[in-house]
Amino acid sequence: MSRERSFNMIRTAVSMLVAILVAFVIILIVSDQPVESIKIFLVMPFSSGSYLGNIVETAVPLIFSGLAMAVMFKANLFNLGGEGIFFIAGAVGSFVAIWPKFPSVLAPLAAIVVGALVGMVVMMVPGGLKAKYGANEMVTSLMMNNILLGVGLYLLNNLLRDPGMASLVSYKYRKKALLANIVPGTRIHAGFLIAVLCAVLVYLFMYKSKWGYEIRMTGNNAKFASYSGINVAKVILIVHMVAGAIAGAGGIIECIGLHKRFEWTALPGYGFDGAMIAMLAGNNPLGVIGAAFFVSYLRIGADLVNRSSDIPTEMIAILQSIIILLISAERFLHKYRQRWIEKGEKK
Amino acid sequence: MENYLLEMKDIAKIYGNGIVANEAVNFNLKKGEVHALVGENGAGKSTLMKILFGMEAPSSGTVTLKGEPVRFSSSKDAIAHGIGMVHQHFMLVESFTAAQNIILGMEPKKGFSVNEEEAVRFTEEISKKYNLEVDARAVTRTLPVGIKQKIEILKALARGAEILILDEPTAVLTPQETDQLFEELTNLKQQGHTIVFISHKIPEIKKISDRITVMRAGKTVGCRNTEDVTEKEISSMIMGCEMDTTIIRTPCKRGDVGIAVDKVSYIDKNGVQALKDFSFSVRQGMVFGIAGVQGNGQVELIDLMTKKRGLKNGDIRLNGESVKKMSIQDIRKMQFGYVPEDRIEQGIAGHESIEENMISNRYSTKEFCNKILLNYKKIAEFAKKNIESYEIRCSGGKHLVGMLSGGNMQKVVVARECSHEPKVLIAEQPTRGVDVGAAHIIHKKIMELRDEGCAVLLVSADLSEVLKLSDVVAVMYEGEIVAFFEETEGLNEEKLGLFMLGLERHDEEQIRRAVQ
Amino acid sequence: MNAFMKLIFTSDFFYSIFRVTTPLLFASMGAVLSDVAGVPNIALEGMMLIAAFAGMYFSYVFNSALMGLLFAVLFAVAAAAVMAFFTLYYKTNIILGGIAINSLASGGTIFFLYLVAHDKGTSVSLASKVLPNINIPLIGDIPILGPVISGHNVLTYVAVLAVLFTWYLLKKTPLGYHLRAVGEKKEAADSVGISVIKTQTIALLLSGLMCGFGGAFMSMGYVSWFSRDMISGRGWIALAAEAMGMQHPLGTAATSLLFGVADALSNAVATLGWPSDLVKTIPYCATLAGLAIFSIRAYRKNKNA
Repeated sequence: MSRERSFNMIRTAVSMLVAILVAFVIILIVSDQPVESIKIFLVMPFSSGSYLGNIVETAVPLIFSGLAMAVMFKANLFNLGGEGIFFIAGAVGSFVAIWPKFPSVLAPLAAIVVGALVGMVVMMVPGGLKAKYGANEMVTSLMMNNILLGVGLYLLNNLLRDPGMASLVSYKYRKKALLANIVPGTRIHAGFLIAVLCAVLVYLFMYKSKWGYEIRMTGNNAKFASYSGINVAKVILIVHMVAGAIAGAGGIIECIGLHKRFEWTALPGYGFDGAMIAMLAGNNPLGVIGAAFFVSYLRIGADLVNRSSDIPTEMIAILQSIIILLISAERFLHKYRQRWIEKGEKK
Repeated sequence: MENYLLEMKDIAKIYGNGIVANEAVNFNLKKGEVHALVGENGAGKSTLMKILFGMEAPSSGTVTLKGEPVRFSSSKDAIAHGIGMVHQHFMLVESFTAAQNIILGMEPKKGFSVNEEEAVRFTEEISKKYNLEVDARAVTRTLPVGIKQKIEILKALARGAEILILDEPTAVLTPQETDQLFEELTNLKQQGHTIVFISHKIPEIKKISDRITVMRAGKTVGCRNTEDVTEKEISSMIMGCEMDTTIIRTPCKRGDVGIAVDKVSYIDKNGVQALKDFSFSVRQGMVFGIAGVQGNGQVELIDLMTKKRGLKNGDIRLNGESVKKMSIQDIRKMQFGYVPEDRIEQGIAGHESIEENMISNRYSTKEFCNKILLNYKKIAEFAKKNIESYEIRCSGGKHLVGMLSGGNMQKVVVARECSHEPKVLIAEQPTRGVDVGAAHIIHKKIMELRDEGCAVLLVSADLSEVLKLSDVVAVMYEGEIVAFFEETEGLNEEKLGLFMLGLERHDEEQIRRAVQ
Repeated sequence: MNAFMKLIFTSDFFYSIFRVTTPLLFASMGAVLSDVAGVPNIALEGMMLIAAFAGMYFSYVFNSALMGLLFAVLFAVAAAAVMAFFTLYYKTNIILGGIAINSLASGGTIFFLYLVAHDKGTSVSLASKVLPNINIPLIGDIPILGPVISGHNVLTYVAVLAVLFTWYLLKKTPLGYHLRAVGEKKEAADSVGISVIKTQTIALLLSGLMCGFGGAFMSMGYVSWFSRDMISGRGWIALAAEAMGMQHPLGTAATSLLFGVADALSNAVATLGWPSDLVKTIPYCATLAGLAIFSIRAYRKNKNA
């Protein structure tokens, strides 16, 4: 492994550490019983099987959104549409989970396929506009998020809504459409296995297949890719479709894995999480799993602190921003980097 | 000891990546002289001048200005000390007027606003004073290169520059503009300015300079009075005799037509006719050299051949197939190689490994790919073979290309473009900014391809390169072929120069022979 | 359709156009100022959100709308300073830096909202202040036109001034020259001793200043409270407006107004009983369509050249 790469890992680790330290500071300032709270934050997530289960189940959607963003970032595209895709794929996929009478196994599969297709098709809007006309994918994807939220809510209000319930939720999913629980005593569902499988597939796709090669070269230097005979527009479209499918699958898997009905009434917020997880992982699909677990651990920790001492879980957002800023700061720890690399050269 | 205006002593510069750009360099200036700084590409001229202009800090050595030791931390510092620089790539804001560019950073004010009238008046005043004529109100984008250069010179003079550094100022100029520039420089000299003139064109140096400092491989070779040395002597000082870089050219075995360019015309975005009725052909087994000052349509010609721009008028055939309806991908599927001029911008992906960079033009061929997955074992073998055969200095195939030196980077590009037995090769300034050793390897490889029957088109502003490699030479001037030589025997740079500068022109019949 | 027409051709509707365009104008000027200097600020949304929260909170703490405005601006500029520090000095990718600031704003404001108001939704439990509306004498009395132009929040008039200020700054002043030079060719600016980093920092801070006003308007004018993610995409719409206005302050103001109309329309037709979920997407659909048309036109123009 090159020293450059090792250094990046050190920088990632330092960023994670700084984030946890900032969490300490926040807890110290806000909490009535800081020492206790910090202990809860750090240790309690590991203290019981059910908390560990929480970490795993929280990590599932984060893995999907991290993968979608990693593929985007690898192609040097900044599309933050994962949010909207999660939502709309969940909503549309819910139709499949509620009405058609597929046998088990096939039922969740059908829902996931529909979710992924929805994600793929929807992503083709910003993807196509970018590939063909160079429209800024970040702005278009964010507009899409708001539009998809509106459309999804419309579907929920007018077609999916269970009138028998006081709150705005859909009809119950059919039992056969739900993803099976795989660890008794927790809520960990088969979606976790799908997420890991997905990460492995994305890894193979990105690093072993010719399409992955095209994507990486395009992301690295689009002019070079085009000069080499890679169809850059096609690559941009493919990247969007792949990322859309991953996010779409993630959306519906979250719904049929963890919930019994479609119950999102706002964007679930996975788009930005995905961006940070992809960065933590250095855009490596396998690294995404680890990064998702780290973020999930912070979440559960914050959640537990919240329960005992009234510190809002949104503390996590502050930590996330710090992680993003530090990991992407090229000159952060720059002096040490220079020394480290020079030392390597001398050897 | 003489009283120098400026003295740079024992300057060394070692970059972070370990490249030694300057070593034991000594350079001095007398007031009111034109001092030529000459040397090959990569000899360290630019680095030395960047140090003088405060853009780089020297690793060791001293700079003395008017007897005082100085150390510039920024170009702002250097400017304050009366040093001005005209960069090879102009530092102008294209959407600004000439006056706005000249007063940038020292704007005359009226209340909170910039006083535009005063800016124009000031520009006209100094323009008159130094006899450098520019239209103060003209938008820079619309001006020809020669005028832009004048704006750059005025920019420096307006900031009180007594020492003026000109980095390869004639590379982009037409002969008339060059003559005019020399007049203007002589004029400035008489007004007491000191001029550093960076170049590698010996006749020009002979004409304009009072003294010459020669650099080679990061070191100063010597400093002479211009009148005391002959062009030959300067040349041997520049080249040195450390390495045998001769290329033996076997007799040319002409095959079928590999490249045919047929009556191609092209008008660019700004309405300038970049190519006029351009025709020539290259047969397999030969090197067709195109010489010319930069900006005479070479870029447009190559862009049309490689489909970076759409071809509308005329036709281009590679291996007998018209590129008119082809995409870049289609061209890449033919046995085709292209070494681009700007390697960093389009020749490589810097953050990827040598292996990955080595296969970008054929990653999807059966050799490396089974329709879906890439065969990384074969790729590694392939890269290893090329690293050895091109003597690429690196730690192995996983080495990131962006961490290589310029010469080794270029070898990666050439290796990729030449190692799949292309039937057509377009080489655009293949050794620009590359050290002598790397250049020699690249030249050898190009000649090997020619001997194997590839049709090679060499487009270069480096005449020694053109003369060394080409079997036939055409000269390009203002979008046209103005000369065609069926052999390079007896041809020299001076003679080509006359045509490149538009001073001479072959008759139509001779030019038509470029279509063979 | 008739009901629709009746709804549109009223002074109220035209009045509301100015009202909803106000934050867009501030944000899009913020976009112009930073983009012209070559530092695309995609954190407009977050900076406005931070300002909206600070404005609400400090107007409550000091019991003064003016103090609220002051702190709103201060906090937005501080957020811009953080972004400038990381992107310009620590060389964080400017897009990722923007994403971080947005995420910080979105979560951070809810975090503090909960701490001060014990609510993660809105701040209605806090008695925050509102900036005054201004009735322009004489003009306000003109029939039809008067009610449209007069009686707006003070920041609506400031927004118009902000457009003029941005135009004057960029077009006429030395700083404007430097901003443009740095954005178009930073080597040129550097070669005459203009510090690129310093100039770009100023650009980001000015951009933050604009967001400060825009955010303050949201919580102390548009409505009288803070609610989570209340900017709801206006920062992004402003970016689209800026792209379509070709970075020109006046052109950008015009496109902002266009999106303002779409926004006002979506508010107005909501009363017609159309499906509200879909009606709410009108401004975003308009922006998406606008950006698409703009990109297609730019592409065609480029291709034909």
